[in-house]
Amino acid sequence: MLFLSQLINGLQLGSIYALVALGYNMVYGIVKLLNFAHGDIIMVGAYIALFSLNYNHHPVVAALLTVGGCTLLAIVIEKTAYSPLRLAPRLSLLITAIGVSILLQNLAQFFFEARGRAFPADRLLPTGTVSIGDATVSYTSLLTIGISVASMIVLTFIVNKTKLGKAMRAVSEDTGAAQLMGVNVNVVITFTFAVGAALAGVGALMYGVRFPLITPTIGAMLGLKAFVAAVFGGIGSIPGAMIGGFMIGLLEVLVIHMGYSGWADGVVFMLLIIVLLVRPTGIMGRNLMEKV
Amino acid sequence: MLKVENMNVYYSNIHAIKGVSFHVNEGEIVTLIGANGAGKSTILKTISGLMHSKTGSISFNGENILKVAPHRIVRRGLAHAPEGRRIFLQMSVRENLEMGNYTQSAATMRERMEQIYVHFPRLKERHKQVAGTLSGGEQQMLAIGRALMSRPKLLMLDEPSMGLAPLLVVEIFKIVRECNEAGVTILLVEQNANMALSISDRAYVLETGNIALEGSAEDLISNDEVKKAYLGA
Ligand SMILES: Nc1ncnc2c1ncn2[C@@H]1O[C@H](COP(=O)(O)OP(=O)(O)OP(=O)(O)O)[C@@H](O)[C@H]1O
Ligand SMILES: [Mg+2]
Repeated sequence: MLFLSQLINGLQLGSIYALVALGYNMVYGIVKLLNFAHGDIIMVGAYIALFSLNYNHHPVVAALLTVGGCTLLAIVIEKTAYSPLRLAPRLSLLITAIGVSILLQNLAQFFFEARGRAFPADRLLPTGTVSIGDATVSYTSLLTIGISVASMIVLTFIVNKTKLGKAMRAVSEDTGAAQLMGVNVNVVITFTFAVGAALAGVGALMYGVRFPLITPTIGAMLGLKAFVAAVFGGIGSIPGAMIGGFMIGLLEVLVIHMGYSGWADGVVFMLLIIVLLVRPTGIMGRNLMEKV
Repeated sequence: MLKVENMNVYYSNIHAIKGVSFHVNEGEIVTLIGANGAGKSTILKTISGLMHSKTGSISFNGENILKVAPHRIVRRGLAHAPEGRRIFLQMSVRENLEMGNYTQSAATMRERMEQIYVHFPRLKERHKQVAGTLSGGEQQMLAIGRALMSRPKLLMLDEPSMGLAPLLVVEIFKIVRECNEAGVTILLVEQNANMALSISDRAYVLETGNIALEGSAEDLISNDEVKKAYLGA
């Protein structure tokens, strides 16, 4: 069953994009910032995982270090680079995010060298395959999809049921009104960056498993693809990021399967242009930009 | 209870509030009336901390709250139902009320919500409905109910009757009065000056950032200038 194995292949890729796209959309929903440094946080996470696994840490320890490291890094970036610009024009914030992205890439080149390093995927997840019908599917594909979906379920629970999650939705809808309810907006912003980065940490692990060659620039392309997924799903929307991520993953695998692997990236960005022309708010898009 | 002294507020270059002073005593209903753009909403936003006065002081229960962040001001018992309702349209009625309870303990939330539902049975029937699909009147009830969730000592209402049918306006004012009788001090901003003055103890008339007149509600109702300018007589 080629179809089934390609479907799972696409879902695996898509779940990585979805994890990354969620970080974009959560942050955009709160501070109206396209956090272009988000992809580079994943790059740093991939290095943390790589070193930790090579250091013979238990996979769970490596995963916790990666998720924790990404979260911490995002909080530091938010506090030092973005938070001082809270009242500045949005464009200044966007330019700062691009600056942070370049900084992270250069720091990574300085400390980790520009050469690619092999990601020890086999130390993180079990290798091997299972047969489903006539199709052979790798454990890592299934685990990637499972872990990503579980992360998204946890996120959905946080956003819909917890006090801070509700505060997040309130701030994203109307910051002033949320403040009048007693919400400390700074806490919510930090929390949002932290949760987005924790998902990015999971994304970094899954990325390493799928593309086990880590360089300081892997975050750039991954970030852009996830950004397309975010726009496609509806910028600012959490379900949109999930749907957008899976769609982009499936699309890419489809294009590659049809024999146009050189076109995979191009098709994704073409989709971005089409979405922006036809339905700029994305599939789940509400008019989030129309705020007074 | 609330004492505003020499408030001066600017929107970049526009000097919107020009040295306003007034006060609200515990247990009162006080109304600010004034034409569009006089600065009524700006005064409320400054009291609740969303805007800042360059000078003077705002004392609430004896403490100066001029430089206190808005989320801390709510905790001190000062709630603000802002102009245009500003409920969370994508959240359910219940979630909006939960947001109103944000500063209070979760343990007493149910009980508080039931108290609110006594005033607004309509909200109880619709507690699962997304707030954006409520009618205008229901949205206004939700805005007031949400503000009451924080158990305020002082409630500031910015044009609660805006866009409502006459019958509903009467209903809203009745509820405002009930809240007041239950011990909540009220600072009201209204275009509907007649109605507002009829339930108020005192009122201030605001003209382009200055207080032009002040007095007991009865005096202002019979004042010729007020009649001409705001009561449509
Ligand atoms: N965000 C803003 N930027 C610039 N000027 C503003 C802003 N908000 C209000 N103003 C100006 O400040 C003045 C006072 O506005 P405010 O909203 O307080 O009036 P108001 O008395 O509440 O009027 P209304 O009855 O129409 O609600 C007006 O001249 C208004 O144009
Ligand atoms: Mg107003």
